Amino acid sequence: MSDTTIKPRIEKVPLSEQLTQKLPVFLVPILALAGLIAIGNPASWLTLTVAGLAMGMMIFIMASGLTVVFGLMDVINFGHGAFVAVGAFVGFSVLAWLAGWTASPSVMLNLTAVLIAILAAMLVTGLLGYAFERVIVMPVYGEHLKQILVTMGGLIVAQQMIHVVWGPDELHISRPEALQGAIVLGEAAIEKYRLVAVGIGLALFVGMRHILKNTKIGLLVRAGVENGEMVEALGYKIRRLFLIVFMTGSALAGLGGVMWGLYQETITAHMGSEIMVLVFIVVIIGGLGSVEGCFIGALLVGLLANYTAFLAPKVALVSTIALMVVVLMWRPQGLYPVVKAK
Amino acid sequence: MLTKLLSGDTPRSGLLTVLLLIVLVSLAFAPFLFPGTKSLETAAKICIFIVLVASYDLLLGYAGIVSFAHTMFFGIGAYGTALALSSSGPSYWSMIWGTAAGAGIAALFALAIGLFSLRVKAIFFAMVTLAVASAFAVLVSQMSWLTGGEDGLNYKIPRDLTPAFKLVKEKVFGVRINGKLLAYYLIFFASLILFLVMLRVVNSPFGRTLKAVRDNAFRAEAIGYRVVWYRTTATVLSAVMAALAGSLLAIWLRYTGPATTLSMEIMIDILLMVVIGGMGTLYGAVLGATLFILAQTYLQNLMGVAEEATSMVPLVSTLVAPERWLLWLGVLFILSVYFFPTGIVGRLRAGRA
Repeated sequence: MSDTTIKPRIEKVPLSEQLTQKLPVFLVPILALAGLIAIGNPASWLTLTVAGLAMGMMIFIMASGLTVVFGLMDVINFGHGAFVAVGAFVGFSVLAWLAGWTASPSVMLNLTAVLIAILAAMLVTGLLGYAFERVIVMPVYGEHLKQILVTMGGLIVAQQMIHVVWGPDELHISRPEALQGAIVLGEAAIEKYRLVAVGIGLALFVGMRHILKNTKIGLLVRAGVENGEMVEALGYKIRRLFLIVFMTGSALAGLGGVMWGLYQETITAHMGSEIMVLVFIVVIIGGLGSVEGCFIGALLVGLLANYTAFLAPKVALVSTIALMVVVLMWRPQGLYPVVKAK
Repeated sequence: MLTKLLSGDTPRSGLLTVLLLIVLVSLAFAPFLFPGTKSLETAAKICIFIVLVASYDLLLGYAGIVSFAHTMFFGIGAYGTALALSSSGPSYWSMIWGTAAGAGIAALFALAIGLFSLRVKAIFFAMVTLAVASAFAVLVSQMSWLTGGEDGLNYKIPRDLTPAFKLVKEKVFGVRINGKLLAYYLIFFASLILFLVMLRVVNSPFGRTLKAVRDNAFRAEAIGYRVVWYRTTATVLSAVMAALAGSLLAIWLRYTGPATTLSMEIMIDILLMVVIGGMGTLYGAVLGATLFILAQTYLQNLMGVAEEATSMVPLVSTLVAPERWLLWLGVLFILSVYFFPTGIVGRLRAGRA
């Protein structure tokens, strides 16, 4: 009797493979470090890094809705930019209406005004999302070509409606007292608003991950991504789930629009289509449909844009394209592809 | 003979034939039928956009590829000719090599984008091209030492093509026969030839395979066609055609700038023209471009009248203001994607059958 009993063998994933899968997580610190080396001066590096993170978080807020909608419904909304613009215009109107509150030195009043503006913008864009899904997107589920065309048409109409309602001129607004100015840390000046943006973005990312991973709604969404028909067969109304997700995505775009508008302090009806370029790059880098990939992609784009704007101003937007090309050469489906057999 | 010239793809509808003939005759005799600078400008623009829109239809309608980089190729062609004319003087030779260089670079770009991203989903390709095209537009406006930045380039074209050159002393049918007229006919015949070439392409075995790939890529691959190769070739071909249209625009305007060649607005205009005219029928490009540009030029006056007529009704008058014409085109666009996916031409052809 030899000791050749067959034992179950558990294949261990080799370390190198584990590392390759986790690798995208390290991209952000690597890029930040590279930025530090290239810039040399720690104070300007800190300022730029916070600015980059803030920009990344705002893009993430706008892109997350888009990517979740894609993951669940297989719909890419080229009119997503319209929600960004509408959100910004609604938010600015509310802030202009509450001018007394934003100008007062009381921090509480300032923040309440901003909160009301954000809620109003999210409400309006959420409802707009409802209309958009019912009227424009619903008839073309499953047909990519028509989706692209029809949502593009929706974008044109929405931009023109902004002209009708708010007029063709761009709007200016200053940030509330409490969000103006900067905190000085050593030699680095960090704008307060950027810290707020980073905070909101992080909270949203953690919240989204929690909802998607640990709640029943998240479970249904993830199951819907895998196999919509099966979820339907189990008795859940997947159409209603689609609608809710679409409205949430639109509301997030509205939130991003208000934040971006407050960041720039100027908004135009075309801001949506301009920002969409960055949003699409982020969604592509992250892998269509992936929230984590979208988050990392947004941070990468934000950091890189700010570093290059400092080091070589002329190549800022082109650098994000270069980043996209490099990422796609490495991972043709994006950083964290949502595997789907559709 | 005629059927052969049209590559066997006749209009196949009485009304469509009449409409196309009206467009052809009007464009062919535009300087005599509609004297005046504005109408000649409009006619030349229609000729150029017919080529541009048809080349986009080659991509969208026949290969089912949504690209947002078409204005990039249009711009590459225009800048190629413009740079050649401004750097090595207003000669026919620089016109020719500039055009050829522009078309060549456009082909290389299209090849790179195609090989890189055509393997994936339509949505993905649309997003990649949107990003690349906007980066290109920024690059062009930034490299002002080469491209003149936002101001663009002004340059001279060969003297024979300018109004200063008089061919005949007296007016013929009340029209001065000068270099401008020659330039118009250069544009007209070049556009006509390019259009016929594209008609030839889509009615060749290659064109039919493209349709097969569009309708069912999986099945086309299964019966042995290399889908990526066909899609890439279509992209390159349409990019070259767009670049040539860009060169024609550069010659006609004697000015090239980001706003006239690269802007997102032009891309949206092209999209609207293709869909409203009819995807997958090159004749749709003719009707779409003609209607759209006529509307752009003349409809706004009409809307101004409507605005004055409804000035008592507050919201309505804002909605019909001349600046709002794009709003109505957007609505028309959405409706036509739903209800007339084959556009005007498809409707007309179906009406006969």
